[in-house]
Amino acid sequence: MAEAVQGVPELTKAERMKVPRHAMPAQEPLARIRNFAEVALGYAAESALKEAQRCLQCANPPCVKGCPVAIDIPAFVELIRKGDFAGSLAKIQETNTLPAICGRVCPQEEQCEIVCVLAKKYEPVAIGRLERFVADWERVRGEVATPQLAAPSGHRVAVVGSGPAGLACAAELARFGHEVTIFEALHKPGGVLVYGIPEFRLPKEIVAFEIDNLTRMGVTLRSNFVIGKTATVQELFHEHGFDAVFLGTGAGLPYFLGVPGENYIGVLSANEFLTRVNLMKAFDFPRTDTPVRTGRRVAVVGSGNVAMDCLRVAKRLGAEEVVCVYRRTRNESPARKEELEHAEEEAIDFRWLSAPLAILGNEEGFVTGMRIQRMELGEPDASGRRRPVPIAGSEYEIALDTVVMGIGQGPNPLATRSTPGLELNRHGNIVADEKTLMTSIPGVFAGGDIVTGAATVILAMGAGKQAAVGIHEWLARLARGEVTKPAPV
Amino acid sequence: MFSIVHKEEIAPKFHRFVVEAPEIARKHRPGQFVMVLADESGERIPLTIAASDADAGTITLVVQEIGKTTMAMGLLTVGTKLASVVGPLGTPTHIERFGTVVCIGGGAGIAPLLPIAAGLKQAGNRVLSILGGRSQDLVILRAEVEAASDEIFYTTDDGSFGRKGLVTHALADLIKERGRPDLVVAIGPAVMMKAVAEMTRPNAIPTLASLNSIMVDGTGMCGACRVAVDGQTKFVCVDGPEFDAHKVDFDLLIKRLRMYLPEEQTARERFLASHTCRATAGVSDG
Repeated sequence: MAEAVQGVPELTKAERMKVPRHAMPAQEPLARIRNFAEVALGYAAESALKEAQRCLQCANPPCVKGCPVAIDIPAFVELIRKGDFAGSLAKIQETNTLPAICGRVCPQEEQCEIVCVLAKKYEPVAIGRLERFVADWERVRGEVATPQLAAPSGHRVAVVGSGPAGLACAAELARFGHEVTIFEALHKPGGVLVYGIPEFRLPKEIVAFEIDNLTRMGVTLRSNFVIGKTATVQELFHEHGFDAVFLGTGAGLPYFLGVPGENYIGVLSANEFLTRVNLMKAFDFPRTDTPVRTGRRVAVVGSGNVAMDCLRVAKRLGAEEVVCVYRRTRNESPARKEELEHAEEEAIDFRWLSAPLAILGNEEGFVTGMRIQRMELGEPDASGRRRPVPIAGSEYEIALDTVVMGIGQGPNPLATRSTPGLELNRHGNIVADEKTLMTSIPGVFAGGDIVTGAATVILAMGAGKQAAVGIHEWLARLARGEVTKPAPV
Repeated sequence: MFSIVHKEEIAPKFHRFVVEAPEIARKHRPGQFVMVLADESGERIPLTIAASDADAGTITLVVQEIGKTTMAMGLLTVGTKLASVVGPLGTPTHIERFGTVVCIGGGAGIAPLLPIAAGLKQAGNRVLSILGGRSQDLVILRAEVEAASDEIFYTTDDGSFGRKGLVTHALADLIKERGRPDLVVAIGPAVMMKAVAEMTRPNAIPTLASLNSIMVDGTGMCGACRVAVDGQTKFVCVDGPEFDAHKVDFDLLIKRLRMYLPEEQTARERFLASHTCRATAGVSDG
C-alpha cells in the first residue's frame, strides 16, 4: 500500500488566485552542462499539493479542450490536492498511458496551460509539472497499476514503430482486448523518445518503464524488425496473420539544406548526432563503442526543439563554442519557450537572422567553417511569419569543427515505398482519413509524424489513440463480415 | 534469435559466422546487408550477407578483424547470441541475363561478391571472376566463388598466389583478350573500386560498385552514409549499396571513411591492451 499523504484544504476562489505558481527546481546551468542528468528535477510533494490548490476547478474547463488526448485535468489535479496520488495517476491513465513522458515533453504552454482561466490575469496552473509529479511519485514507489483490459477479441493488430504514436495506439488497442505486436527497426523500443530526445530532458529509464507497462498489458515487442525489409505490410496480413496494421513510422529521413559543402566530414544530420549520443551512448566513448566528435566549435542550423537538443548535447560533450544559426528571429523560433530559455542559460551563442550560404572545408575534406548571410525580416510569408530577406553585402565567415543540421525531418520511405496502393501526398506523407486515420488500403491505418510531418510527441500520441478507435471499429465490422482484409497483391 | 550456430577462421583474421536469423534468411537477396550489434554497449556495423539458407533459417557473415568491434567478434564462440541483427537492408542487386559479367572481389569484398556471382550465374550469365588480396591467405572463399564462376583469375600483391599485381591488371588483360564484357561488378576497398571504374570508363562498360560507407542505423534515418552519385547526394543504406561506379565520387567516399580514424585507433588500442593482459595471464597459468 502507498503511504498515506495528507491533502491540503480547499481554498476560496479568491485565495487560489493569490497563490503564485510554484517553480520547479532544476540543476544549475554551470553544473548541468557537465553532465547528462535530467535538468528539471520535478516537484516535491509539498509543492505539488500547493500547486494543485491553485486550480479553480472550472465547471467547463478549457484546459481539457486544449489537451490533444483530453485528460480530465481538473479531476486529476483535485485528487493531488486531496493527497490521493494513486487515484490521480489512474485518472490520467484513463486517457494517457505515458504521463511521465508527457509531463516532461508536452508543450503545455501552447495546449492546456495557455487556456487556463488563471492565465488571463495570473499564471496558469502548472499542469505539466503536476502530471509529471504523480507519474514519478507512483513509479518510484512501484505502485503503478496495470489498466483494465477488455475480454480478448481474438483479433491481432500489428503496430509499426514504437515511438509515441505506436505506443499510444498499442496501449489503447490492448485495452480494447486486441492482441498487439509492436515492430521496431532499431534494437531498442521507444523511437524518437530513445534515439532523439536526450537523457537530460527525458531519462531513458522512464521510457523503459512506460514500455514495460505495455508489455505487462500483454503487448508483444519485436525489435530489430524493419517493415518494408524484414517483412512487408502485405506479409503482415497474409503470412503473419494480422487483421489490421497501424503505421507510426515517424519522421525518420533527415533533411539537408542543399548548400555547398554539406558532405564535408563533420557535417551531421541532427538524427545522426542525437542517435550516436542518445541511443548509442557515444558520450561514454570509449567505454561504449560508438564515437561522436564535436571538436571545439559547433554550429547547429535551425531553431526547433531538435536543434535545441543538439545545441545542448554539443555543450555537454565539451564543445567550447556552440552556435545556433537561424535565418529568422527568436520570435519565429519553433522551439518551446522552456527549451529556448534552457539553451540561453547554458550560454549558447544564438545568431538570429543568419542564413548559412556554404559549409567551408579543407583539402582532407573536414569542416573548417561556415559562410553566413545576415538577414532582415520582410513581409509575412505563407506561414504568417515575416519572411527573412538577405541584407546585401553582409556575408561573413565563422570557424567551426562540426555542423549539425537541425532543420527538420521528412517521412522515412522504407515502409511506404514497399506498400503498393498506399496513397501518399507530395511530401511522401501517408494520406489518412481525418476521423478514422485509415489509409487508402482497408485495414491499414496511420498516424503521427508519418501523416502530419514532424510535430510533437503528444500530437503523435493523440493520433495513435485516435487510430486505435478507428481500428477497433473496423475490426468490429470485420467480425460482422462487412469489410475484408486487403487481398494479396 | 541471432545465435551463432557455426564459426570458423577461413583465413588469418577472417571469420565466417553462420547466424540464426530465419526472417532475414527468408527475405535475403544478393547485394543486401544487415546491421549487426554484437553486444549492448557495442557499435552497429553494416555487414554484407555472404549467403543465406532459408530452410535452415540462417545467414552467413564474413568478418575481417580490423577495428575493436570486429576484433571482439573474432573472440565470440558458437552459442553466443548477437544483441541485434537487422535486415535484410539495402536494395538487392539487379540480376538478369546480361551476357558476360566480370565479378571482381578484393579482400573482405569477396564475401559480398559471392551471392551476386552465384545469382548472376544462375540467371544464365557467363561469369568470369577476378579475386585479389595481399597474399594467398587473404584471398578468401576461393572454392565458393569458383563454384559460382565459369572461369576464375587470381591476383596477389606479393605474387604468392595467381598473378602478382592488382585486380585491375587482370581486368585489363581480360578485356584485351576476351573483348568488352557486358557488365563489371566490383566489390572491395574504395581505392580498388575507383581503379576498376577508371579502367572501364573509356569503353563505357557498365560497372557496379558496392559501397562500404559508415552507417549508424542502416535504415535511412541518419545520413552518415551519404555519398555523391552523379552530383546528387545518396544514402548508401537505402539507395544502395550498389551504384553505377562511373558516377560515384570515390574521392569523397574515401575521405568520409576516414572520419573516425583517431577514435577507431583509441578503441583498438584499448581493446588490445585489455586482451593482451588476459592472454599473458592465460599463458602464465598454463
